[in-house]
Amino acid sequence: MGLLEEKFEDNIIVASFDKILSWARSTSPWFFQFGLACCAIELMATGASRHDLSRIGMIPRSSPRQADVMIVAGTVTMKMALRIKKLYEQMADPKYVISMGSCATSGGPYWQHGYHVLKGVDLVVPVDVYVPGCPPRPESLIEGLIKLQEKILKDRPLTKKSA
Amino acid sequence: MNPENILNILRERFPRSVVEMEEMPDNYIPLLPDNWFEIATLLQENPDLQFDSLQCVTGIDLAEDLLEVRYNLHSMVHLHKIEIRISVPKDKPKIPSVEKIWRVGDWFERETYDMYGIVFDGHRDHRRILLPDDWEGWPLRKDYETQETYHGIVVPKVKEEWE
Repeated sequence: MGLLEEKFEDNIIVASFDKILSWARSTSPWFFQFGLACCAIELMATGASRHDLSRIGMIPRSSPRQADVMIVAGTVTMKMALRIKKLYEQMADPKYVISMGSCATSGGPYWQHGYHVLKGVDLVVPVDVYVPGCPPRPESLIEGLIKLQEKILKDRPLTKKSA
Repeated sequence: MNPENILNILRERFPRSVVEMEEMPDNYIPLLPDNWFEIATLLQENPDLQFDSLQCVTGIDLAEDLLEVRYNLHSMVHLHKIEIRISVPKDKPKIPSVEKIWRVGDWFERETYDMYGIVFDGHRDHRRILLPDDWEGWPLRKDYETQETYHGIVVPKVKEEWE
């Protein structure tokens, strides 16, 4: 900072508003707590002090209205699938979904004989990032979250989409 | 008190309800469903028996047009235990509820109803416990067929290409 220190009247940053907007979105994706099974334990560990999700700007929210990211952590049963859909619809745009673990991604160990398990949460809601593992370690989940941040960073919400 | 004495007490009071077999088993008592509520009252109230704890209620599909309900009873006073087995026909699976005698039977019986479709006559809150109310079929029966769609969500059946 030596070159820039005490050289300006007031702080000015020049960038396109579009980029600033997606940068701001990417650095504070508040997540919706959606622990459904054992993946929730790893999700809690990721949020706790050792791995500390708040350092990448993620705060757990208990209401879909306040959340940007839904982390589906665990086995999705048919009974829960309808509720997931409803909760996803209640989230405000922009909204993203992370499918955490093999159960949420494909049904996991229940893919053949689990009559009550949804074979992948992407059958009911659009998924942005799949995190493999059974359950994924906090490092893998953080990797997935950084991938999501990269994806949000590439968004240009104000730019016209060419047909 | 050993199972033989318990069997003799039941034979004395309800001679028609005990299913007589060539060789009586030494760890359980087979009964007919008709007087089950009265027998259960006796099992709990008789000072020599005092079965005050219903440890488990579960169902079994015997695959010969028969369903079976098993009750595991234990006495905290006398420290003896017994298993009661009651068979019911699959086309008319009806059995008296013992939920009024052992309060814990409430959820046990609802679960058995949920999985096997065995109707517990006299249960005060008789509905499914785990599966959604609009679920079709009884999942733990041998002839259960997984439904093809649930509220428009397709349940994939053929999954050879996944292997």
